[in-house]
Order: sequence, then C-alpha cells, then structure tokens
Amino acid sequence: MLFLIIKRILLGFITLFIVSLITFVGTEILPGDACTTYLERQAFGEQLEACYRRLGLNVPAYERYVSWAVNAIQGDFGYSLSGEMPIKEVLGPRIKNSLVLASAAIFIGIPIALILGIVTALWRDKLPDVAISTVTIFAMTIPEFISATLLILIIAIWLEWLPGVVIVPTDVSFLKLLPNIILPVIAIAMIMTAHMARMVRSSVIQVMASEYVQMAILKGVPYWKMVFKHVLPNALLPAINVVALTIAWLLGGVVVTEVVFNYPGLGRLVIESISNRDLPTVQALAIILASIYVSINLLADLMTLMLNPRLKTLQIRK
Amino acid sequence: MSDIIQKVKNLSIGFKSKKGEEILILKNISTNIKKGETVGIVGESGSGKSTLALAMMGYVKHGLYTIGGECEFNSSNLLNIKSKDLEKIRGRKIAMIPQNAGQALTPNLKIGYQIDEALQLHSDLNYKEREKKISELLNKVRLPSPETIALRYPHELSGGQQQRVAVAMALAGTPDLLLLDEPTTGLDVTTQAHVLELLNFIAKDTGTSMVYVSHDLGAIAQVSDRIIVMYAGEIVLEGPSRDILKRPIHPYTHGLLKSIPKLSLAGLPESMPGSQPQPGTIQDGCSFFDRCNFSEEKCKNNSPQLEYLKELNTSVRCFHYKKLLKEIQINQSVSKIKKNSKDKEILNLSEVSISYAKQKLLDQIFNRISDDNPTVKDININIKKGETIALVGESGSGKSTILKSIAGLLRTKDGLIRFDESRNLSSDLKERDPNDLRIIQLIFQNPDESLNPNHTVEEIVAQPLKLYFGLKGEELKKNIIDLLQKVRLGEFYMSRYPRQLSGGEKQRVAVARAFAAKPDIILCDEVTSALDVSVQAAVLNLLQQLKEDFGTTYIFVSHDLAVVRAISDRVAVLYQGRLCEVGPSNDVYKFPSHPYTEVLLGAVLEPDPDIKPKLVAEDIVEEKPPEKGCSFQGRCSRIVGDICKTEIPPWQLTNTGNAIRCHIPIEVLQKEQFK
Repeated sequence: MLFLIIKRILLGFITLFIVSLITFVGTEILPGDACTTYLERQAFGEQLEACYRRLGLNVPAYERYVSWAVNAIQGDFGYSLSGEMPIKEVLGPRIKNSLVLASAAIFIGIPIALILGIVTALWRDKLPDVAISTVTIFAMTIPEFISATLLILIIAIWLEWLPGVVIVPTDVSFLKLLPNIILPVIAIAMIMTAHMARMVRSSVIQVMASEYVQMAILKGVPYWKMVFKHVLPNALLPAINVVALTIAWLLGGVVVTEVVFNYPGLGRLVIESISNRDLPTVQALAIILASIYVSINLLADLMTLMLNPRLKTLQIRK
Repeated sequence: MSDIIQKVKNLSIGFKSKKGEEILILKNISTNIKKGETVGIVGESGSGKSTLALAMMGYVKHGLYTIGGECEFNSSNLLNIKSKDLEKIRGRKIAMIPQNAGQALTPNLKIGYQIDEALQLHSDLNYKEREKKISELLNKVRLPSPETIALRYPHELSGGQQQRVAVAMALAGTPDLLLLDEPTTGLDVTTQAHVLELLNFIAKDTGTSMVYVSHDLGAIAQVSDRIIVMYAGEIVLEGPSRDILKRPIHPYTHGLLKSIPKLSLAGLPESMPGSQPQPGTIQDGCSFFDRCNFSEEKCKNNSPQLEYLKELNTSVRCFHYKKLLKEIQINQSVSKIKKNSKDKEILNLSEVSISYAKQKLLDQIFNRISDDNPTVKDININIKKGETIALVGESGSGKSTILKSIAGLLRTKDGLIRFDESRNLSSDLKERDPNDLRIIQLIFQNPDESLNPNHTVEEIVAQPLKLYFGLKGEELKKNIIDLLQKVRLGEFYMSRYPRQLSGGEKQRVAVARAFAAKPDIILCDEVTSALDVSVQAAVLNLLQQLKEDFGTTYIFVSHDLAVVRAISDRVAVLYQGRLCEVGPSNDVYKFPSHPYTEVLLGAVLEPDPDIKPKLVAEDIVEEKPPEKGCSFQGRCSRIVGDICKTEIPPWQLTNTGNAIRCHIPIEVLQKEQFK
C-alpha cells in the first residue's frame, strides 16, 4: 500500500516535469519572445540586448530551463514581465481568490449533486426523476459563459440584487469578497452539479439492478436500510473519481467564468498573461494548474483504494 | 389441506412490448408446494422458471408485472400485500439462495455482517447470541474456521465458499420454504456435488420445504421429490421425480432426457430440432409444436390443457401422452463415433510450461520468463490427425491456458509446440506466419462475445475467406453460402446480425467461421456450456459431422465430463496445470485409475435418481500448485507417504493404454477401483 502511494506520487512528479518541459519548449518555439513583445517597435540593437541580459534570455535555453526549474521547485517563479514584480506575489492572492470560488462551488455543488442523483435514481421514471432530470440535462447543455451572462442580466441588471461584475482589488479581504462571488459560484456550480447528479444517478441505478441488491430485498431488508447499507456505499465509490474529474474540469470552467465576471482569480490571470505574452507567468500558471490536476486525481485514486475493500486486498496480496 | 405451504394460483406475469402488446412470461401457472417436500423446477433459459421462483417470494423484476393470479402463503397473496408485511416474510418464512453467490453478496460488507443482518431482522437474539449463531451457521454449512470467515469480504472466498455463505444466510431466518435459483450452476463438478449433498442434508435435518430451480436435470434428480417441467412459460409436465425422469410422458421432457449425454454411454446423444420460442412469438396451438416428433394438425391450432392423471399422480400438457406411455423406457440411442484418426501425428506438445507470473523488469528487458512454479508445467501430448482429444479438469486446472498457448495467444515459458512432425510453431503470435495462423482455429465458449455484434453473418464468415484465401465477389459469396449450409443455416441468414439469432444459431455461425479457414486443428473452448441442453446435442452432432467430412482434429476443453465422454476419442486429465492421466476415453471412463480422475468422475451428476455421486475428496480450493511432489497431494485420499510430497510421480502405463502419473503401483490402483 505504502509502496503504491510512493509510486503514484513519483509518477505525479514525472507528469509535472513533462508538463514543465512542454510549456517551456512551447514558449521557446513560438516566434518572438518576452523582450520583443515588451519593447515592441524598439526591439532591436542595444535596448534588446539589455532586455535579454536583464531577463537572462541571453544564455542557452537548456541552462535557462534548469535554473528556472531549480527556482520553481523552491517556489520562486521569477519576475512577471508586465507587472514587473515577483510572480510569487502576483499568484498568491489570485490563488486564494480562485480557491474561494472553487471550494464554494464544490461545497455547495457536491451535496446537492449527491442528493439529486440519489433521488432521481430511487424514483426512477417517476415524477421527481423526470422533473429533476429535465432540469439537470438543461443545465448541463448550456455553456457556462451563457449561463453566466444570463445570470448577470437577470439578477444583477434586472433585479439589481447582486453586483454583476467584480470590481474589487485583487488582495481584498475575504468578507468583502463574499457578496461578489455568489453569482460566479452559481454559474460554476450549475454545470458541475448537473454533471455529477447524472453520474450519481446512473451509478445508483446500476447498483439497484445488481443481484446483491435483489438479494438484500429478498432477505427482507427494509427499503431505506437497503439503500444506505447495500446501495450507496457501492454506488458512490465510482463517483469519487467522477468528482475528481469534475473538480479538474472546474479549473477550465473557472477561467471562462472569471473572465465573464471580471473576477480576480487564476483564470483571469491566465488570459491576461497570455494576451500580454507574459511567458514566465504563463509557465508558472501551467505548472500550478497541472499540479492541482495531478494531486486531485491522486487523492481520488487513493480514496477509492482506501474505501474499496476489493482493491485494498488485491494490492496487499500483490 | 394444512400441509400446503405455498399455493400458486393461475399466475400470469408479463411485460408490455414497445408496441404496447402484453407479452406473457408465465402463463396461468398453478401448483402447490407441500411442507417438507423438495420440488424441482426444470426448464431451459427463457422458460420462466426463475420468474416463477421469485414470484413465490412476492418479487417481480423491474419491467415485469403481474397480470393475474396469486401466490398464496400463510393465507395472504404475496403479490398483493404491503411491503412492510413482505419484509417480515422474506428471509424469515421464505428465503432465497441465489444462483451466483459471488454477485449476490454485497461487495463492501463483511460476511459476518451480512449474516448478522438477517439475524437482526428475523430473530430476537442479542449481540452475543447472534455472534455465536453466526459461527454455528457457518459451521453448519461446513466452512472451515467460521470466526475468520466472518471477518472476510465476499471476494476473498472461493466460489464454493461464497455459495455456502449464501446458504448460511438463507438459514439464518429459519425459513419454512427455501427457494434455490440454480444454486450450483457456476461451480466445479466436485464442489457442486458437495453443495448438493449439503442441501440434501439440510432439507432432511430441518424439514424445510425447498423449491429447486435449475436447467440441470442431473442436479434436480439428486435433490427433488417432485419435478415441474416448464416450457415457454407453461408447466408442461409435473409429477413425482422418479416417474418424470424414468418415464417422461411429455415429448419435450422425453427429448430433453434423450439429448443429455450420459457418463455411462459413449457416443453422441440424439438431438432435438429447433429451439424454444421467444416470449411473444408463440401463436395458437401447442408451444412445442415445431419441435415435436408426435405433433399432428390438431396441435397446430389447439393448445393442450394440463391434464391430471390420477393413476400416475402426474399432470401433463399434451394430446399424445398415451403414445408416450407405451414407450415406457427412454431408449437412448447414441450414434457411435467413427474413429477415423490415423497414426500420423499432427500436433506435439513437449515439455510445455506456461507462466502467468508478473515478470521482473530485468526479465522483461531480456524477453524471458522466469518462474520456478509455473501455472502449467511439463505438458507432453501427442495429438494424431483426425482425433478428438479432450482436456478436462476443474477451474484452475490450466486447460484453457494450454489452448491459448496452442493458439499462440499466450507465450510458453518452456517447451515446444510442433505441427506436422517437423514445423515448430512459435509461441508468440506475432512471429507466426499467416499459414500457421490458418491451420489452427478457435471456437469460443460464448458466441455472444466472440461474434462482432456490428457485423452481419455474411461479414463474419467472409473474414477468414478474404484473409487467408483472398476470395472476392461471386466466389466469396458462394463459399459463404456453402459454409452456412454445412452448419445447417440457410442462405437467408447472411444478412442477419448476431443479436437476431438464437444461442445455438450463433454458435453455428462461430463454427462456420472456424471452418472457413480450412484449418487442420480446431480448438473448442467450452463450446457448448453457454447453450441449452436441447441445443447442445445438436451442436455436438454438427461438430462430429464436420469432423468426419473434413478430417479435422479437435482439441476439446470442457468441464462437463459427460459431454467429453460423448465426443472425444482421448482424454487428458489435468490438475493444477499438471497432467494426471492420459488415455482413450473409453478406458479412462470405465477404469479411472488416477485418484483425481476417480474424484472427478465420482462427482458427476446423472439425470437418474438411482445414480448418486460419490464424494471422495474434500473440495478444497488450492491457489497454487505445490512446489514439490505430486500436484494432487493436497486433496488425495490415497497418499502413500512422504514420497507424494517430495517427488514428482512417474508415468505408468496400464494394459488398456492409459498413462497415469501416480506413486501407487498401477496394479494396486486398479484393484482398488474394482472394489
């Protein structure tokens, strides 16, 4: 078991290494570089040389990669070009803001998704299922930028209940941020919840049709006891991985939603730094997003391993 | 009439088709289950036997509904009472033992908890007493060390153990009626015999009534007092077990009993034409009309009623039972197999070992296999042209593994596979040339999985013809039609998809595909075990006919020893991947010399209440072959001493031509057999 965890963590690091290589090579291959973008028409002669020296772009690419990587491991991603400040400092509050947004969506979305999924499965083909399923399918199919725009239109502009666009400084305190995040959270949670509710529904239905549930019924186990003891533990196990994938999807969803709401999080930073050709920041963001992705999936796998007795013994036996 | 425990009255269950028609799965079933009696319900897949058993517990599967009638238990109709009351009856008064205990035990709950749950629901015992009771129950079903078993999860037990746990769980509520839905079907012969013996013991010990549902007349014969035969959702014959098996007065039962291969008879049994009609396709008249040898014009338009014959205490649904009454005994005629094997050797396995062990990195790099105790070891078999050799053994004996290696699907660790005396077949599929691939073809167990569901029959059969012979256009089509006719399928099957065929028809397509390559050797992996009994005989006959026409050699793997007896010329008995006995099937079956062969043959269930299985050895499941000595040492009842544990037994030849591997001198072994 321990060996397996170590192996998975090592594999995660290898993945991150490859991601860093790809982003580095990618930014190298692109025509132009940070200095030509920054200096625009003055990008020649003495000024360009000076810029290269200042940013350390005059050394061979592999040397730059090594020194960048060594620093990155220590949490130092170098300087952002546009902001002219350490990337670490740019990232800090942005990560915090995005984390607030994502975790709010997760903590609201997952319980609702579980309840909706279970209810629709247990009342399969009956009124609650038909009603909820129609809504979830609807919510699933609308892309988040449309639902976000609609939310702004209805709640912020027509009803004027909540601010439609976030206009607070990046490093604002949590309490001041709170009213601003309600609409973005709803926009993100809607799709995520709908997706997960569908997954949970089909998983529960599959388990309900299994022979061991039929056996439990024939054993005389009362309905709700059967649901909680025999159905849910087995149905929700595969859902863990789905939740992990959904959270990973959130990373992408957050980018679009943050832009629509002008929310000062990681997602907006991605768009900003790409359009500014702020390559060091893009690299840093790629690594951070990749690490979140890798660690969430790792966590999900370990949880499944922990909770599924079948996998646990298999691993021990090996 | 207080001795009747469950009364089924005019029960009809069905479903609504997409067109809105009402389609019946069960048609107007009436029967009574008496106290303390064991009733066998027998029928092929789709006959409605499981639906009937579940209805007796008041359970109707999702999608089905009750159309009429009732299942009366304790003077209440189980199909029409509150679920609260039903929960009190299920598990307490009526308990179920499911077909596949591996699927029917909840995977995330420990064995002990699952039994405890039944006890909590259906008894007033406190925690301490329940704990004791769980041990008692596990002991009763003869599971070793109950305390540790209770702490295990279902997947940590073997198939036989899981089935025993299911029995223990059903007994927890001390029910008056036990329903058993194919309780031994997925098990090995020896395990099956042990579980049946246990069930018989419980029936006698507790006086519980049992309803035993199975397609296997052999198992039914061993346990039941009374037999109900179902066909296409109807009861066609019902009566005392012995009479039904010895004097079946319904043509279906008659044909069914004739089509089952028996251990005592070599050669192929008579086959029954056609297959059971699908629900909803049955027209007016007798549902067995198409397949019946006795049918007349009258049967086509009039459906016979179930008629009770007082003098026989039997009910029968047939206009012609009187004709059958005259034909008192089942005259099982078997077509003797013509031996056309020549002395020319076609395939030779020498010193073949196969390993499933996960290889270390270094071995992977050097592309070698290292394993001191491989799954299959030292296989030496000489196969002659035109013979049918069968590999038999329980699950885990390595029989399918050997087939895979011959086909090239699994690399061998050591040893050579030689074709036609000179040509070495590479053990790696990628290194075999197209002709090597053509000469060996496989037919798989389950045609549902081995036929591509998106290809028509024409495409399926065309593939080997295109691949190996480059046929095109008219010539290709002619060949396909030819092949389909050879397997007795008409030209019109060409445009059909596998899902539009019955199980027997699908297997015929698989046979046609194998023969399309004009192979020298065909490997048959449990080819009849997914088929119904009445269809099985027809497929066996077809295989035999094709062999005579083409001179093909068959290597036949099956767990069904009676089927092997019917079709094979020679038998190789395997245990834990090691050969125990090889010889002409007549001799192996008549004089089983090796202790394991004796155990295996003793456990076979015959559809005859007078032939009881002999249980010689315990049905322990061994995970790995022993490192040293005889492979059968763990279960052998005739160990002669330490020599069995340390030395691999030598080959000994009997005067009848069997070769056996045992430390006991052959004369002694044979003398013991005849006692």
